[in-house]
Amino acid sequence: MTRRFQNIIIGAGHNGLACAAYLSRAGQSVLVLEASDVIGGAARNRDLAPGVTVSPGAHLLHAMPADLMRELNLSEHDLSLAATDLNTVSLAVNGEAITFDGDTVTGSAVSDADKAAYVRFNKDMHRFTKALGPALEKLAPEIAIETWKQRLDLMGLGWSIRKLGRYHMREFLRIIGMNFYDLLDEYFENPQMKAAIAMDALWGGEWGARSMGSVLTYLYRMAGYARNGDVGIAQPKGGMGAVSAAIAKAAKAAGTDIRTGARVKQILVENDHAVGVELETGERIEADRVISNADPKQTFMKLVSPDHLDTGFVRQIKNLRARGKAGKLHLVLSSAPKFKGVDTVNLGSRMIIAPTMDEIELAFNPSKYKKYPTAPVLEIIMPSVNDESIASDGRHLLSAVVQYLPYDDTPDEEANRTAFLETVLDQLERYAPDIRKQIIEAELLTPRDIEREFGMTGGHWHHVELVFETFLFNRPIPALSRHTSPITDLYLCGAGCHPGGNVMGIAGRNAAQLILKGGK
Amino acid sequence: MTSIITNNERPLSERPILETPFYPSYKHLIQNDNYEEWAGYTTLASFADVGQEYFSVRNTCGVYDLCPMIKYDICGIDAERYMNRLITRNVKKLLPKRVTYTVWCDDKGHIIEDGTVFRLSATEFRLCCADRQIDWLMDCAIGYDLVITEVTDAIVGLAVQGPVSCKILKKTGFDGVEKLKIFQLESFSLNGYEVMVSRTGFTGDLGYELWTNAINAADLWETLFKAGKPHGIRMIGSEALDMLRIEAGLIMVDVEFMSCFHTVKYDRNRTPFELGLDWVVDMNKGHFIGRRALVEARQKGLKNKLVGIDIDWNKRADGALIYNSENCERQIGEVTSALWSPILKQNIALAYLDAPYFEGNNDMWVEVYMHRECKWEREVYKCRVTEKPFYNPDRKKLTPPLDL
Ligand SMILES: Cc1cc2nc3c(=O)[nH]c(=O)nc-3n(C[C@H](O)[C@H](O)[C@H](O)COP(=O)(O)OP(=O)(O)OC[C@H]3O[C@@H](n4cnc5c(N)ncnc54)[C@H](O)[C@@H]3O)c2cc1C
Repeated sequence: MTRRFQNIIIGAGHNGLACAAYLSRAGQSVLVLEASDVIGGAARNRDLAPGVTVSPGAHLLHAMPADLMRELNLSEHDLSLAATDLNTVSLAVNGEAITFDGDTVTGSAVSDADKAAYVRFNKDMHRFTKALGPALEKLAPEIAIETWKQRLDLMGLGWSIRKLGRYHMREFLRIIGMNFYDLLDEYFENPQMKAAIAMDALWGGEWGARSMGSVLTYLYRMAGYARNGDVGIAQPKGGMGAVSAAIAKAAKAAGTDIRTGARVKQILVENDHAVGVELETGERIEADRVISNADPKQTFMKLVSPDHLDTGFVRQIKNLRARGKAGKLHLVLSSAPKFKGVDTVNLGSRMIIAPTMDEIELAFNPSKYKKYPTAPVLEIIMPSVNDESIASDGRHLLSAVVQYLPYDDTPDEEANRTAFLETVLDQLERYAPDIRKQIIEAELLTPRDIEREFGMTGGHWHHVELVFETFLFNRPIPALSRHTSPITDLYLCGAGCHPGGNVMGIAGRNAAQLILKGGK
Repeated sequence: MTSIITNNERPLSERPILETPFYPSYKHLIQNDNYEEWAGYTTLASFADVGQEYFSVRNTCGVYDLCPMIKYDICGIDAERYMNRLITRNVKKLLPKRVTYTVWCDDKGHIIEDGTVFRLSATEFRLCCADRQIDWLMDCAIGYDLVITEVTDAIVGLAVQGPVSCKILKKTGFDGVEKLKIFQLESFSLNGYEVMVSRTGFTGDLGYELWTNAINAADLWETLFKAGKPHGIRMIGSEALDMLRIEAGLIMVDVEFMSCFHTVKYDRNRTPFELGLDWVVDMNKGHFIGRRALVEARQKGLKNKLVGIDIDWNKRADGALIYNSENCERQIGEVTSALWSPILKQNIALAYLDAPYFEGNNDMWVEVYMHRECKWEREVYKCRVTEKPFYNPDRKKLTPPLDL
């Protein structure tokens, strides 16, 4: 006898797990079906070498709401942070590194004017983040204004912007659609400093500092810090997989069933209702509703037959951009590396290689044409410095997000990957001259590899490009912005939904809360 | 995987206005150079006298050149599923060798176009309509395995309509054509080539449509007209056809409705229900494009609806507004197509009426403007809702047709 579940969740990404946890805690029965043998989606662990644990997707925790962590008792489910409030260090070839620590920025090349401007910049950005932040935690407001509830939702966002006051509201409206390049030029002189700040608007996406709306994506990043309970940029103990594992434990404790190695082939639809799923093995499982943690493109282009969808809808989904541009570099090192201008205290920081904003743009350009950059930009961490459990025997792990990589579906993929690994190592060597000698094991994941490993279409960090036109009620498209879909009892709960990607669980929580309220 | 084949050697934008493959054959019959452009082709609004052309269809046999009609062949293992999602009717109920009239809608349930679907076999369909649809058809094909071929230029068509059309076709060499039931199709061999004959038309009369490869056009026309000559066969233009289709109560794109792809004002979009086409919408066949919106529309009820009206007096009420009282206090509708019907001797029109007037229990008045000897005059006539089709002779469906 198989048990009948109220909810099937497709995918044990951290959002799927969070959704499961909230539903189970409210007394609903939940079955999570995960294609991979490991839970966590892009927030997971695996072994890179014996005794070395890598977080092959996300490697830093900076956006998860503190109240979500509390509600799910994640600390009781074994989540602890190996390091919080990491400093950001922008590396320089000449050793003149710039360190960002809260409002303080230090570095021999940084002028007093820039130091003062940084305080002012943070103050302004915090103010705007406060106006935008609440909308990035709640359900997206609706644009179809038919009821008072809908009107109030939208007015809430309008009011929090109006509350900024006449001057700041005008400034907010001036910059919100703007590109970050121009805004940073207004504040700062030092090119390296501008580039380091700029990258926080750009990780993961197919956009550069000069792309429209990059100010908005910076505020998106800031909103994460504002809600995460002052842990800033944190490194979970045991790797990012520990976050997903803790959410999974919370879910299981509340009664969730999780099956790994269970790839969903099809969402079953009858009379316009989702009634269950069919696995790749042919097994059919029925449920009252189906919730997809898989990205919207996969959900609607692969899992649901177009027989059940309207053409305008399919066209919108097809045209969604999901071309991941972030790759991942993992190095097992024989000993701690030495970066120019970085002392051992700072080795546990987040290190950025992005010399100028123009060089960011130059790294971005080739990827638009399926080419690899010659001087990639990097976000490097040494997880083993803050957390000894990551690598045994005195070895160290270097984990880096590498941008901008193309989605390489050419026949030369293998060769290109090998060649590009050398390019990345060359780039590293400029900042850490001895690093090649220390490498025991090296792994480079391209967006295509990321797609293979985590199942996200295009290997996209946010499932669907997170840009101005896919924010709020437009994310991923208006018809899907509130987790419901045109098919009754089919919901979305992943990064492709409002508010977007990063390890934060908001989409999962919002989907669960909506379902518990009756699904409207 | 879907492949799209359009057989146009040159892009549409570079093509001159084309003559249809039948044009050289009937050129000598053109008396008044009353041309019209249709989908890139020169067609005739009339050849000579519209009245005679009209009466040929009601009394003997009129022939209309269908070449510019946009035709798509949609073939493949997924073709049935594809068509069933595309159109509002149930394609699973459409047997091979049958034709059906249908509309198709966008996500909002607004009509994109109307046309006919020919089911050639289990996996082959032909879609005929007045406007090009390729981008919509391609987008509809996302996720399906089929081949869409535009055969507009490759396949020529002639509508052969009227009480003696069957007789003429038999004499032309289509043995057994009398067995065709309405909306049925069959392939025939004529002078060594294949002609597909469907018992379809746009006149509300007994009639057939002939389809063959473009290279056979001249021969088909000659053979048909040779056989038809003793029986009063005649080429007709679109003006006569328009009269015929109004009598038959048939709607026309850009007259009764605009494609939702071409409207600017949102309230100009039409659902099938507003056009009185409930009978072509199968709400129980499973999902089709626009279904969810149509479920909602049906719940909301209709604000207005296209109906047939019958007007006292004898002046055509083209473009007239309709009022609830003789002194024209409140507008309750408008005429889309009007005709003084020669065969019914009745003043008829297709008109949109607001709720509840389209239910038909009230008297209404049309306000007609007339230009008489260089002076505009306004008259108000009583009118009432009447049955459609206005003209519906038994011979339209009778099988075999009477051997006149
Ligand atoms: C290289 C990289 C680095 C990143 N770095 C960071 C970072 O440092 N900090 C941060 O906050 N964010 C980071 N991100 C973003 C973050 O990892 C993602 O936005 C987030 O993990 C998405 O979570 P999710 O639960 O919505 O979806 P996912 O994690 O993508 O989970 C979806 C799950 O669904 C499963 N699935 C898909 N299809 C099926 C199917 N048919 N049947 C069954 N299961 C299926 C997948 O296997 C997967 O487990 C990074 C992303 C990448 C790619």
